[in-house]
Amino acid sequence: MISYLIKRIFQMVAVLWIVSIIVFTMMSFTGDPTYMMVPLDATQEEIAHARALLGLDKPYVVQYGIFLKNMLHGDLGRSFVFRQPAFGLIMERVPATVEMVMVSMILALVLAIPLGVFAGAYPRMKTSRAIMAGSLLGISLPNFWLGIMLIFVLAVQFHLLPSSGRGDTVSLAGVNLSVFTRDGLLHIIMPAVTLCFATLAMLLRITRAGMMEVMKQDYIKFARAKGATFHNVLFKHALKNALIPVVTIFGLQLGDLIAFATITEYIFAWPGMGKLLIDSIYMGDRPVIVVYLMFVAFLFVLINFVVDIIYTFIDPRITLR
Amino acid sequence: MLLFSKKSEAFLESELFHNFRGSYSAISGAGIIAFFVFIVVLGPSLVWQNPYDIASLELLDAYKPPFWIPGGDVHYILGTDGQGRDVLASIVYGTRISLLISLAAMVCSSVIGAALGLISGYYGGRLDGFIMRVADVQLSFPSLLIALFLMSAFGNGLGKVLISLTCVGWVIYARTVRGSTLSEKQKEYVQAAQAAGLPNHKIIVRHILPNVMTPLIVVATIQIGTFILIEASLSFLGVGVPITQPSLGLLVKNGFDVLLSGLWWTSVFPGAFIMLLVFGINLLGDFLRDELNPRLR
Repeated sequence: MISYLIKRIFQMVAVLWIVSIIVFTMMSFTGDPTYMMVPLDATQEEIAHARALLGLDKPYVVQYGIFLKNMLHGDLGRSFVFRQPAFGLIMERVPATVEMVMVSMILALVLAIPLGVFAGAYPRMKTSRAIMAGSLLGISLPNFWLGIMLIFVLAVQFHLLPSSGRGDTVSLAGVNLSVFTRDGLLHIIMPAVTLCFATLAMLLRITRAGMMEVMKQDYIKFARAKGATFHNVLFKHALKNALIPVVTIFGLQLGDLIAFATITEYIFAWPGMGKLLIDSIYMGDRPVIVVYLMFVAFLFVLINFVVDIIYTFIDPRITLR
Repeated sequence: MLLFSKKSEAFLESELFHNFRGSYSAISGAGIIAFFVFIVVLGPSLVWQNPYDIASLELLDAYKPPFWIPGGDVHYILGTDGQGRDVLASIVYGTRISLLISLAAMVCSSVIGAALGLISGYYGGRLDGFIMRVADVQLSFPSLLIALFLMSAFGNGLGKVLISLTCVGWVIYARTVRGSTLSEKQKEYVQAAQAAGLPNHKIIVRHILPNVMTPLIVVATIQIGTFILIEASLSFLGVGVPITQPSLGLLVKNGFDVLLSGLWWTSVFPGAFIMLLVFGINLLGDFLRDELNPRLR
């Protein structure tokens, strides 16, 4: 176990190092950021001076070395637009994104598992077929379009829910959260529903597939023969094993939710880190894009690691190598 | 000609076609796809306006609602946008762009992915380890985010979207083909070909490739839907196709800018077309997967 952990941590560092090279290289193709920093009427000397000040006159490898050294010292660069440390800017917005992602994840799990169990236990019923068709529609739905439809129907036509922003927040241990105020809760409904839809459909289909596989096995027949009620067999015996693939996919889905949160945040003007990324792409704010990508890569590597560890607890047949 | 008719007869009697006729979802999927093929091929000659020909636009007709709503015009069945552009005509041209990019991306990524998968599976060893490690790492990041990052570095453009989608898409083909190649490699016909002294590249192309085509086709069908959604998402965020060549996703974005003023038809209809198209592809893709490759179920 210990040797596995050490190996995994080395792998994680290696992946992040490669990501930093790719991100840095790609970003250096995007043009010269010096022009973002100098006034419009700057002379050639002023531009050259600014470039030297930013370190952009040095060769590529040296630039990357400085970038890596600064990063390891905790200095991830300053935003060209906000003139603040980019890492701080992103950290400020993490709670909003995490809150939205968590609410959608919970929504997706709470709806997907019962529906998936039902569709898997009674595959021939009309309701099950409707659930499956609905889930295929959910996978086919562009989530930005769902968001637009919700805004149009619930905000523009019927004025039921607010269409943008985060509403009132409460500070909890220094972190601002929306879910604990009535106004904030109203604001989070539409973004969370928009975001959860694809995940809901995916988790539902995997739960159903797992359920159908498990229901064929002998131990289920045995449990029924022993006299356990159908309900008990479903939720106590079958679900446990059917959920194993759901846990695997859970990590990937969490990553997808963070990625798709950029679109949802853009539509609902939700002040999270995804919206910051899109704004930064528009304004060519390179340091913020780089820090966002490094931070998100770190998150994904961490999520995968945690999922692998959780996996061994759920399924003792799996050993870590 | 005779050969062709024999082949089509064999197809009509095949189990695949028999099951297809019995499956409502497969038939509806094929119907939806046929509808879109019709739009793509004949669309421009069916709509009366070319939305990119400025001479054919009437600014006075800007923001007309669909024809069944008071103030609408039968000329503009689904209404018009801010430049007096017919929404239906924009959708027809947008569908062509969306499908063109996605199909091209499917071809590019399946060729690259299949080549890497064949090499990886057939030769094994260090190269295999390297390719699969790259694939593993890439799969742990969401495709949308990778594509978004590439587009933010490249800038807008049809070709750039194509490159981004290919970079994102090759992994799934490579993995599928590698898996099938590994199992084909063990079979006797490959050993026979090796014993006969055929060079490796010929064994791969002539003997293994035809036998790994089925899973490749299944993955390719489903992947087109994913490509359409990613392209639409990129364009919706403004980092996809350029404004002069709007795909369905960019049409939704343009419509979204005026949605809060109640002008819903410019964004709702293009989005509905994306959904319908992807839904049709998924219906047919699911059917093909269940029929041709029960292991993937």
